[in-house]
Amino acid sequence: MGLTYEESDLARIIVVTSGKGGVGKTTTSAAFAMGLAQRGYRTAVIDFDVGLRNLDLIMGCERRVVYDFVNVINGEANLNQALIRDKRCEALYVLPASQTRDKEALTREGVEAVLQQLADTFDYIVCDSPAGIEHGATMAMYFADDAVVVTNPEVSSVRDSDRMLGILASKSRRAENGSEPIREHLLLSRYSPERVKNGEMLSLDDVQDILALNLLGVIPESKAVLNASNSGTPVILDEESDAGQAYDDLVSRYLGEELPHRFLDIQKRGLLGRLFGG
Amino acid sequence: MGLLDYFRTHKKSSAGVAKERLQILVAHERAERNRPSYLPQLQQDILAVIRKYVSIEQEAVSVNLEHNDTQEILELNIVLPDQNTAGLAS
Repeated sequence: MGLTYEESDLARIIVVTSGKGGVGKTTTSAAFAMGLAQRGYRTAVIDFDVGLRNLDLIMGCERRVVYDFVNVINGEANLNQALIRDKRCEALYVLPASQTRDKEALTREGVEAVLQQLADTFDYIVCDSPAGIEHGATMAMYFADDAVVVTNPEVSSVRDSDRMLGILASKSRRAENGSEPIREHLLLSRYSPERVKNGEMLSLDDVQDILALNLLGVIPESKAVLNASNSGTPVILDEESDAGQAYDDLVSRYLGEELPHRFLDIQKRGLLGRLFGG
Repeated sequence: MGLLDYFRTHKKSSAGVAKERLQILVAHERAERNRPSYLPQLQQDILAVIRKYVSIEQEAVSVNLEHNDTQEILELNIVLPDQNTAGLAS
């Protein structure tokens, strides 16, 4: 009956994952989805963190949530009722997570049906995975075509990312069908060139010596990220900021542009900056 | 800590330590992840057979599977106890 979306090639499904919590998955999902939508691609971003929804806050649409992902799966609302259209970019839609405590509410069939329906009208579907390797995280990655592995230059995060790569390679639909594996990309976030220079932080090369992934981008440690989440604005919209620019580069790179990696070296501050700190 | 100590002790950077720890750990975990699930049971069975004849500790038997391009090598390492402590107390 009909084509599956893999065959129809209508939408590309991207999971943003990490294993470890607090490394910047939701920040990345919001920025990445906004970046794709800004370039004119119809993009849906889905919060898979059932029970602890956060994406709506980071996207600034928390007061517009009426129905959620689980309502759609359970047939209590249709997809169009649950999708929230972004007010800043008309190509972008958010599907919020449910706050139900029933983690098993995300059934594989239910998730598949929602993705399949989205694939008819969207170009990209960004799945914001919860932390951990439990049900929600495995559901978020199961149908993915691409994985963005968000990693901090820190031992536990790198280890968890490696663990996640093992799971991506074995517990996804692509793995189970024996089709072409998920394309895995590294996103190194909260990077501080100063600390790397002082030998206090793993460098990009250190992390790549271990993970050896296609590098999508490096996001510098930046005040802009907290500022953006405070106001519910994806940080990519802060075009002045280093993190915003880094995310913008990253989206272009994902779409095939070859851009040099920025923000890997210590940013030179002007005389005034040095005098007044900041 | 005097000035001399500063020159004498060239301390390793914490990032260097982190990388070293990670490389060891990740290599170990990857090997673990790729080994077939029957290995622990195989180890127990081999241990049971040997214990019929010699009294050995659990750790005395190690089973390892290694891959290279052309073949898989099942490596079995059994450490027998010293002569004077060997033999079954029957």
